[in-house]
Amino acid sequence: MSFFTSAKRFLLCSIIAYLILKGLFLSGFLTEYIQQIILFSFIAILTSLGLNVIYGYTGQFSLGHAGFYGIGAYTAAYLGAVFKVESIFSFLPILFLGGAAAGIVGYAVGVPILRLRDDFLAIATLGFGILVRVLLDNSDRAIEILGGSRGFIGIPKIVNLEIAFFTMVFLILVTRNLIFSRYGLFWQCIKDDELAATAFGINTARMKLMAFTYGCFLAGVGGALYAYLYSFLHPSNFDFLRSIDFLIIVIVGGMGSITGTIYAGLLWVTVIEGLRIGLPAQALEFRWVLIPIFLIMVMMWKPFGLLARRESKFLGLGKGE
Amino acid sequence: MKALEVSGLKKSFGGVQAVDGLAFSVEEYETLGIIGPNGAGKTTLFNLITGLYRPDAGEVLFFGRRLDHVPAHRLAHLGITRTFQNLRLFNGLTVSQNLTAPILGMHGYGLSSAVFRRRRYFKQERSAEEKAHVLLEFFQLADKGSLGANNLSYGEQRKLELARALSTNPRLLLIDEPGAGMNPREIRDLLATLRQVKEHFRLTIVLIEHQMGLVMNLSDRVLVMDFGEKIAEGTPAEVRKDRKVIEAYLGDELKTC
Amino acid sequence: MELLSYVLQQLINGLQLGAVYALIALGYTMVYGVLRLINFAHGDIFMFGAFTAYYLISKWDVPIYLVFPITMAVTALLGFLIEKIAYKPLRSAPKIALLITAVGVSLFLEYFLSLNSLFTPNYIGFPRPFEVTGYDLRLFTITNVQLIIFAVTALSLLLLYLLIYYTKYGRAMRALSHDREVASLMGIPVDGIISFTFIVGAALAGLGGILYGFAYPQINVFMGIMPGIKSFIAAVLGGIGIIHGAVLGGLIIGVSEVFVSAFISSTLRDGVIFFILFLVLLLKPSGIFGKWIDKV
Ligand SMILES: Nc1ncnc2c1ncn2[C@@H]1O[C@H](COP(=O)(O)OP(=O)(O)OP(=O)(O)O)[C@@H](O)[C@H]1O
Ligand SMILES: [Mg+2]
Repeated sequence: MSFFTSAKRFLLCSIIAYLILKGLFLSGFLTEYIQQIILFSFIAILTSLGLNVIYGYTGQFSLGHAGFYGIGAYTAAYLGAVFKVESIFSFLPILFLGGAAAGIVGYAVGVPILRLRDDFLAIATLGFGILVRVLLDNSDRAIEILGGSRGFIGIPKIVNLEIAFFTMVFLILVTRNLIFSRYGLFWQCIKDDELAATAFGINTARMKLMAFTYGCFLAGVGGALYAYLYSFLHPSNFDFLRSIDFLIIVIVGGMGSITGTIYAGLLWVTVIEGLRIGLPAQALEFRWVLIPIFLIMVMMWKPFGLLARRESKFLGLGKGE
Repeated sequence: MKALEVSGLKKSFGGVQAVDGLAFSVEEYETLGIIGPNGAGKTTLFNLITGLYRPDAGEVLFFGRRLDHVPAHRLAHLGITRTFQNLRLFNGLTVSQNLTAPILGMHGYGLSSAVFRRRRYFKQERSAEEKAHVLLEFFQLADKGSLGANNLSYGEQRKLELARALSTNPRLLLIDEPGAGMNPREIRDLLATLRQVKEHFRLTIVLIEHQMGLVMNLSDRVLVMDFGEKIAEGTPAEVRKDRKVIEAYLGDELKTC
Repeated sequence: MELLSYVLQQLINGLQLGAVYALIALGYTMVYGVLRLINFAHGDIFMFGAFTAYYLISKWDVPIYLVFPITMAVTALLGFLIEKIAYKPLRSAPKIALLITAVGVSLFLEYFLSLNSLFTPNYIGFPRPFEVTGYDLRLFTITNVQLIIFAVTALSLLLLYLLIYYTKYGRAMRALSHDREVASLMGIPVDGIISFTFIVGAALAGLGGILYGFAYPQINVFMGIMPGIKSFIAAVLGGIGIIHGAVLGGLIIGVSEVFVSAFISSTLRDGVIFFILFLVLLLKPSGIFGKWIDKV
């Protein structure tokens, strides 16, 4: 019960946000497209939060996060097709299984590669991400409906405001509780100084694996939501650039800040998708010219991000009572 | 009872024989000082005892138990902790969290207690915080508990290193050059603190230090290392007089203290 | 006999690809040596080399013996600028901040150059300034392109070797790779040597770009990504920071890639390279020739 009572403020904010959104959705004021973007921003927040656990809190740099996001998406879509999932209630287990699949793969991959540090880990995770992309591109040779480079079509659109929003809220709370527990503390110790953490009794290999698995789980849930929001999957939705998207959200919001990830996720989706609406098509190609410049500037001025290791009092995302 | 027993310990890096067949032992509740010139292998010895390096040969017994196959992170649980020569605090954490992290590593709670905020979570968190507070008071850092660890002054960071090493109730404490980079006033302060630690916590201590005053004052026995070997061992008074020691290393430094 | 000659033929093809990887891998390994940075933009410098050569040959009719030095000078300048503008301000920043910046530089180069008013995102045919002819050596044939690639690579390796082991720049570079602090205490101009390393590495990447264009005459702004990553893997395989390791690694990666395409399936070629990477990282992260120890 204290799962909820220790987060009164956050839940209150969430419910108000939900009511406002629900009102807007019902008013017919927002086009279908904008509604979809709003729901997508929750997915981006959730998936980036996973990366923040891995990189921002635990210091394990990953360039392959979109691979896990993709595994979640394809697993959920495939299971849904096999079991003919069409209703919300049969969707919830699928959502969890999408996350679990990504978590299990994360665990299996993590056992060997989390021994690596910094840039070597970056290359290994990058390699993993590219491998996932290659496999998805060729997936139809093994399983026809995965669609390979043609894409996975015909996924029912089940994800609505309630599912996307409350899944996010629930998992943010779970994440907060982990972060402000001994586990979160150990993760941050490992990030600061792995050797000292070992010397003070922390099983660093296990804790890194736990953070990595959990972060991948969040990405998998994000992917599963994505599949049932857009009802179409293509390998290019899960490539290196998507990993960079999530990385940017983590970095801009701040390493080791849940609040930062939430704000940056909203901001990022607004900017990226907003530019798509606001700018003429020819100008769109400038997006990826400006984004790297922005990224480099953030690295020069605030290498740990804007809200590094700080949480909003307003949202009540601190340790709580 | 022997708290620590080291025999035939060897470790080399490339061509450098950092520790070369070292043997010594430490009685329970004893304080052993280790001195020796730069590069004598003192820190390497600590790294071998605490499992950060694997020895090429030899063994380490802790209360009669072999440590070879104990993973490094288990040692704190067995009762061995250390401080680092170059400070290695958890700089992203607060002063108080630098202590609660190791404490919660010893007496924890499970994942479900954490996620669902069960009663055990609150109980253990509170008791860890209380314990950290007591330690911080002992080291006169209590009012700085919520600062970032890297906001402390150098001397305070040294104290926090010590506090952290004590936070897990060790039976054997390894202290690596606590006086490094300190001025004479800070050294005097440190000496007083270490005295208090000795009195207050009943511990076995191995202390590496270059500051002669400190070692000679605190140690029951002193071991002198050079080129990874033991060149002398005895009470502070004996070591002061040892010819080999004076030649190899101490020289005029001894006369000044 | 059939099989033997087929294998030999594939070996030659693999070495051709491997030689290009080796040239790129050298830049990665040298930069990693002095800065401990994976210069993600290195693959894009390679791409820029290919485009520079393309413009020199097909738009401005520059004679081939001038294409090489001009291209190398252009990419050297690009490497120099990247280091000065993007990496130098971050010299004391956390390692990952530098790595993220490198990713940023890489993305910037790719997307900036892919603008329709510049190189466009499309594939362009690379003009070979000569006809390809094969010489039949009974067991296998070798083309003039392959001979050029082998000769140019061997020559530049020789020059690089002389540069690194017999000049004061090379000595300074090696000192810097060994220990930056000590090197600066010894009076080595650290910034200058870092710039120098980028210049040499980028010139070699530019050279790789030209040769790649000769061998696989389709170029595109994103062409640097995969060869870049594979060359980095080659550098890791040989032992990062080690010159001859990068060369051997490049050749191994090139040959494996071609063998897998020839004998198993071409869709698996990238997969196998990453499989090699995982094996190396797990079994011997210091690579074939490497010996690195963590310091407490
Ligand atoms: N990880 C390592 N890799 C290579 N050589 C090492 C390593 N650790 C220690 N050494 C070498 O082993 C020798 C002993 O070093 P150690 O740090 O144990 O000396 P020390 O007695 O603690 O010296 P100081 O008083 O300066 O702290 C030195 O020559 C050192 O360079
Ligand atoms: Mg030492």
